[in-house]
Amino acid sequence: MTTDSTVGKRRDPGPTPDPAPRRRTKLLGRQPLGLAFSAPYVIFILAVLAYPLGYAVYISFHDFFFTAPGVAVERPFVGLQNYIQVLSDPDVGRSFLNIGVFLIINVPLTVALSLILANALNRVTRLRTFFRVSYYVPYVTASVAVVGVWLFLFSQNGLINSLLGSLAPDPSWLVNSTLAMPTVALYVTWKQLGFFILLYLAALQNIPEELYESASVDGAGKIRQFFSITVPGVRSASVLVTLLATITGANLFTEPYLLTGGGGPDGASTSPVFLMYQEGILQGNPDTAAALGVILVLGVLVIALIQRRLVGGKED
Amino acid sequence: MRRTTTKRTLALTATALMGLGLAACGGSGDTGTPDAGELTSGPITIWYSNNQQEVAWGEDMVAAWNEANPDQEITAQEIPAGTSSEEVIAAAITAGNAPCIVMNTAPVAVPQFQQMGGLVPLDTFEDGAEYIESRSGEVAEQYKSADGQYYQLPWKSNPVVLYYNKDMFTEAGLDPENPPLGTQDELLETSRTLVESGAAEYAMWPSPAGEFFQSWFDFYPFYAAATGGTQLVEEGEATFNSEEGTAVAEMWRTMYEEGLSSQEAYTGDSFVDKKAAIAISGPWAIPVYGDKVNWGTAPVPGLEEGAETSTFSDAKNMAIYSACDNKQTAWEVMKFATSEDQDRALLEATGQMPIRQDLTGSYPDYFEANPAYVEFADQASRAVEVPNVPNSVEVWQTFRDAWGSSVIFGNESIDDAFSGAAEEINTLVSE
Repeated sequence: MTTDSTVGKRRDPGPTPDPAPRRRTKLLGRQPLGLAFSAPYVIFILAVLAYPLGYAVYISFHDFFFTAPGVAVERPFVGLQNYIQVLSDPDVGRSFLNIGVFLIINVPLTVALSLILANALNRVTRLRTFFRVSYYVPYVTASVAVVGVWLFLFSQNGLINSLLGSLAPDPSWLVNSTLAMPTVALYVTWKQLGFFILLYLAALQNIPEELYESASVDGAGKIRQFFSITVPGVRSASVLVTLLATITGANLFTEPYLLTGGGGPDGASTSPVFLMYQEGILQGNPDTAAALGVILVLGVLVIALIQRRLVGGKED
Repeated sequence: MRRTTTKRTLALTATALMGLGLAACGGSGDTGTPDAGELTSGPITIWYSNNQQEVAWGEDMVAAWNEANPDQEITAQEIPAGTSSEEVIAAAITAGNAPCIVMNTAPVAVPQFQQMGGLVPLDTFEDGAEYIESRSGEVAEQYKSADGQYYQLPWKSNPVVLYYNKDMFTEAGLDPENPPLGTQDELLETSRTLVESGAAEYAMWPSPAGEFFQSWFDFYPFYAAATGGTQLVEEGEATFNSEEGTAVAEMWRTMYEEGLSSQEAYTGDSFVDKKAAIAISGPWAIPVYGDKVNWGTAPVPGLEEGAETSTFSDAKNMAIYSACDNKQTAWEVMKFATSEDQDRALLEATGQMPIRQDLTGSYPDYFEANPAYVEFADQASRAVEVPNVPNSVEVWQTFRDAWGSSVIFGNESIDDAFSGAAEEINTLVSE
């Protein structure tokens, strides 16, 4: 019997590979076609988000205002002057405080309510579509239309105060410096709940039913099952919901604009984005508006990082 | 680990990108010099208001011009929808696609548009200043920019007066034909009577919202009346931190404190819905109120009885925008649209007051047939405009913030709020 042994022999290195394809692979990856598929979205992101973001950072370091094409104006580099101006403005400090109050109420409430309601909806067998649509309708309805309903509910002579009678707050909800922002936070929570319920519903489908059955056999009740199976099972959705609720909340604009008459009462519901609108669009100061925007982005990033650490858990 | 880091980087980048939507609104980085351009003639585009009556007038005016000038045709459209006309116009200036003429240019926005290089100085035209001054008389001075040039043609005003509900006055035991609204003190007493008698839920219900322009319909008319026509800023100095300014503020503070006015915004028209007994509006409101309310009008009262009072003009003007190719035609169209005949047509169609000298003398038959408008014509000659100063919008926002804090919500004393705002405004107008 003869055997071909390679032991002790050097392998034939074969023909030397052409370095060109290797370079191409290194540059374009193993699936160059993937680049072609993702190109439209990448271009979209670059044009619609990345370029404006970069331009905003540029504006924030210059003495900048909008002009007609062909108008020659000096836009000198001013370093951190716009940032100093923004940070020394008490209205800006107050708007960040307001948005802090908003996030403290809105984000946990959004996560808790949407998870509980999604869990309940997941178990409902009758009228399931009706309930799902009911929760989703506020989300898809224009704020302008929905705000009218809330004004009817929360105004001085509105339904809520009528029900509360002598317990109604004075001044009323939307003109009360303490209650205006919490009312806005409640409104936004209610309005966006449908979207977040949908995210949780999708996540709930990934939890195997067997886990609940085993837990039940082991004697775990519904509440124990919820905290020991459902909550950990939708952790990735919770991270997403927390992040999205924080980002949309930090960018709050429409609600204080419409519900509290432009950030009222006396600035108690002003948000940073509302101030950016005032400064940049109404008053023609895009430089300070951009500086405020950059600060807001950095703030949101820090909060998002902290949240990811706290909520993300073992996912990291 | 590396994958996690990449994922996190991507997530954070996406977060950053999503968060900066508003901070970056394009702009022009072009260079070159502002060019008044050659004064050529040819087709032009114009925007006019989307107010129904003004659209009807505009269509007729354009048809008349186009028939007589087929080689310089006007293409007209209503101003595109936006949060406000000023935002739409500013965006169009930046993009370089503003029309030749915008027929409802707000005086408060003119300094900003001018700074953007978006407006053509009308003094560029041979008869520019002369035409404006001969048509509008002394009032024209208020529309001159800081550089001494006209960037707007004063077109029409809506001098605001008090509209009152005669039925509510009767119910409260007040004489509806001679309403006790002669002074600001009298107005306060009348307001108390109206509310305490139960005839009205509120005496007056101006918007308490924080938008910069809201002070034109609560503080400013009363301040103009109290001072005989002083602007908010004169000769580079804020004027409102004065005895008269404080008196007006204290009157309104009392209105809010005693529940005679509401701190909450009303979503409809509180006067039409009979929630408030008195409204502050211009002549445009006559067709709106029509027969829905049994109304009468009275001038905005000053501090003293019998004085000939001033009020806020609420004017809208015409301006030529620098993107225009045929500026000479634009100027000729502006003159045509503000001619005696077209002013009559505007008056008849809209009830708004052309900013023209001797208005009642120019159209005696109209005012004889429409006596309700005489009050407005009388006020128009003494109407006060917003000051034409740098950072105009910011100036008004600063004032509004101080007003909201001290007068509407009483979180700060009027003296502190007014002196702080005056100081800030003095800095803004000197920039």
